[in-house]
Amino acid sequence: MARRLGGAVFVLWATATFTFVVQLFMPGDRATMIINTQAGNLQSPSAEQLAALNARYGFDDSYLAQYVRYIGDLAQGDLGISYNQHQPVTEIIAAQIGPTIVLTLSALVLAWLISLVVTVLATGRDNAWSRAATGFQIVTAALPPYWIGTIFLVVLSVQLGIFPVEGSNTLVGTILPAFTLAIPLSGFLGQITQDEFARVLDQPFVTSSRTRGIGDLGVRLKHVLRHAVLPAVTLSGWALGALFSGAVLIEVVFSRQGIGGVLVQATNGRDIPLVTGVMLASAAMYIVANLLVDIAYRFIDPRLKSA
Amino acid sequence: MSTLAVDRDEAPLIRLAGLRVSFGGPADAVCDVSFALQPGRALAIVGESGSGKSVTARTLVGLTGGRARVGVDRYEYRGRDVSALHDREWRRLRGKEIGFVTQDALVSLDQLRPVGKEVGEGPRLHGEAGSRAQLRARVVSLLRDVGVPEPELKARQLPHELSGGQRQRALIAAALALDPALLIADEPTTALDVTIQAQVLELLEATRERGKALIIISHDLAVVSRMADDVLVMRYGEVVERGPADAVFGDPQHAYTRKLLDAVPSAHSRGARLSPSSAPRLATASSDDRTHVAERVGGFDGPLLRATGLFKSFRGPDRVSRTVVQDVSFELGVGETLGIVGESGSGKSTTARLVLALERPDAGTVELAGKPWSQLAERERRSRRQDVSVIYQDPLSSFDPRWPIERIVRDSVDKSHIGDGRARVGELLDLVGLERSLRHRRPLELSGGQRQRVAIARAIAVDPAVLVCDEPVSALDVSIQAQVLDLLADLRDELGVSLLFISHDLGVVHHLSDRVLVMKDGIVVEQGLADDVFLRPQHPYTQHLVAAVPRLEVEAPRVAA
Repeated sequence: MARRLGGAVFVLWATATFTFVVQLFMPGDRATMIINTQAGNLQSPSAEQLAALNARYGFDDSYLAQYVRYIGDLAQGDLGISYNQHQPVTEIIAAQIGPTIVLTLSALVLAWLISLVVTVLATGRDNAWSRAATGFQIVTAALPPYWIGTIFLVVLSVQLGIFPVEGSNTLVGTILPAFTLAIPLSGFLGQITQDEFARVLDQPFVTSSRTRGIGDLGVRLKHVLRHAVLPAVTLSGWALGALFSGAVLIEVVFSRQGIGGVLVQATNGRDIPLVTGVMLASAAMYIVANLLVDIAYRFIDPRLKSA
Repeated sequence: MSTLAVDRDEAPLIRLAGLRVSFGGPADAVCDVSFALQPGRALAIVGESGSGKSVTARTLVGLTGGRARVGVDRYEYRGRDVSALHDREWRRLRGKEIGFVTQDALVSLDQLRPVGKEVGEGPRLHGEAGSRAQLRARVVSLLRDVGVPEPELKARQLPHELSGGQRQRALIAAALALDPALLIADEPTTALDVTIQAQVLELLEATRERGKALIIISHDLAVVSRMADDVLVMRYGEVVERGPADAVFGDPQHAYTRKLLDAVPSAHSRGARLSPSSAPRLATASSDDRTHVAERVGGFDGPLLRATGLFKSFRGPDRVSRTVVQDVSFELGVGETLGIVGESGSGKSTTARLVLALERPDAGTVELAGKPWSQLAERERRSRRQDVSVIYQDPLSSFDPRWPIERIVRDSVDKSHIGDGRARVGELLDLVGLERSLRHRRPLELSGGQRQRVAIARAIAVDPAVLVCDEPVSALDVSIQAQVLDLLADLRDELGVSLLFISHDLGVVHHLSDRVLVMKDGIVVEQGLADDVFLRPQHPYTQHLVAAVPRLEVEAPRVAA
């Protein structure tokens, strides 16, 4: 566990360092850029204006000094002040990350539910249902979320009026974006799980259990399922990270509150501290997701505990 | 429909007539199988792979599987017609009335659940579990009854924490959990070490003595001959011979039964051919491309291979170092066969890897033709690697499945620089008794015996002085095993190659070897001439091993070779 935590800290440090190096190589003088974006038009700032800004942000110091200060601040949870919003980056992110996490997690849970129900009911049964379910998973895995989101909005919100058009952070408002993200992922997880499920169904221990009088649904739920989810659980850490990135896009499609809006503003405004903050938050999310997957894996596969 | 001769006083527990199973192929998987079985009696169904014996067993509990079409004239259990049960009704019989020990004990327990859960599954499914504490107590006593040590601990452990024998016992305990009147055991001792096998057979014997009916499915005639009252011999889905065990084994009527009995290697078969020798002896390889081993060795007249004081240890995942080979020394002469026997974990395969110089010994040396071998740097050894060749138990995993046979053998031929590539491949296929027309097939399109022949062709392509055979026939049916053993003996005699022959099967080793090494826990406990070691074992462990080997209870008259 200690090694894992060390790894997590390393990933965060590497991300932070990477973003620091990248911003050094951005074209243009940083102080000029800040003044331009704050003023909203191009101008030639005076030497005094530039000197004041350079002093305030420490741009005159050596890169090493800047880096040490940056990492030091970071270690204390200080991500700096947004150039445009003049608020601490941590506060901006903290205010907006909640809805994004809710969306991401609901999408993950939904994706798992859809893929598991389809897998358990359809796999290894030689009927039209089973073939339809396999087709369903291939199609959904291929659908891009922004397309699903747009179709949902047009059909369910605009034409039928079942769901709100404008994003809201209520439960009802979360349903469409969550499904939008969950559907392609469910196809992906489902394909992996279904393959494994079909393989496990033929394993000797499954036959062995049947000879003790267990029913088909019983054997699927009690024996096969646990084995079959393992590969997809491994991928869920990656999936959660991907969902987080996907959420940023979908939030914009549904005009929903969340990190997506923050990132769009920050990128448009070249708000380096804010972009860095969002990147670090994503990295942290990814790390947490993988820790959770590790824990879940140990729970599902007890062989790892004794190893 | 004639059934086996039965004691008329007692009604049969199970009566089957005219069973047919088809999986949609051109031939039926099972064709017209009939028998009756009374409580306290044991019926054996023997046959090789594809004989339909396992399909028959699974059909008895309604688990034939997927697309099978099953037809039966009559199937009665305790006088009740069970030929057309629904799955729900079958489930009431399974586990409760008929216990089933499935094939492949090592993978027949759910790896993710504690062993106790599997043992207690039957009672839970049939509503007889009682309270949690009652079920736990019952599971522990079931495990204790089948001889699992520390049953409380084992019930909580996962299958991989149990040894193979313990897993097989736990599986039997799970099948016996509801005290069924009939126990069906499909290959209950395959993949078990011989001493464990003997214990499991005793356990099944005890079950029968408690008045249970027993159906035992096996490819191993010796296992069956010891337990069975009646025997069905199956081939290609049909029963070719049936009758009381004494009669079937003592005076087999059908040619196939005789062939099966003859194919069992043992002390008595030494020097004789095991397979019907209609095929001519080896076609001798053309002389121009053969440098005889003795010549190549260059007038050296000591042992071809000499291992002295070999030690090897490995560090386990718990970082504890285990010595798997301890002070092993032996010699192998030109054209000689040295057998290494031992149970799993005895270090025999590691010894083979040391001889192949795939591992470097911690101490001790291997010398080849009087020159250093194990101490060489890999760069110096590479040019001599073709002097020592190897075949394994599972040739399939040592082939590239996408390559045709021609390319697999050719790959090895090209490295040997002997003869012209294409012609040499054909010659090698002739030598191992494979049709040249098979050269374009891929490994998956061959039978197990054919694959092992390809592996042998590839191994001898480099004209080795020593051929290491690591369990080369363990996965083969007895009649195929007989052919491969004959082939190895022929190659040794014709080519003068020396064999280092590793097997857990004492009969196989005794049949083929001149001298034998018995290993236990990395130590050579006994070595000597094969007849001395197996017929007059000195070390208690060898005596124990030899005693544990199931033998054909009735010695079949052997066809002269």
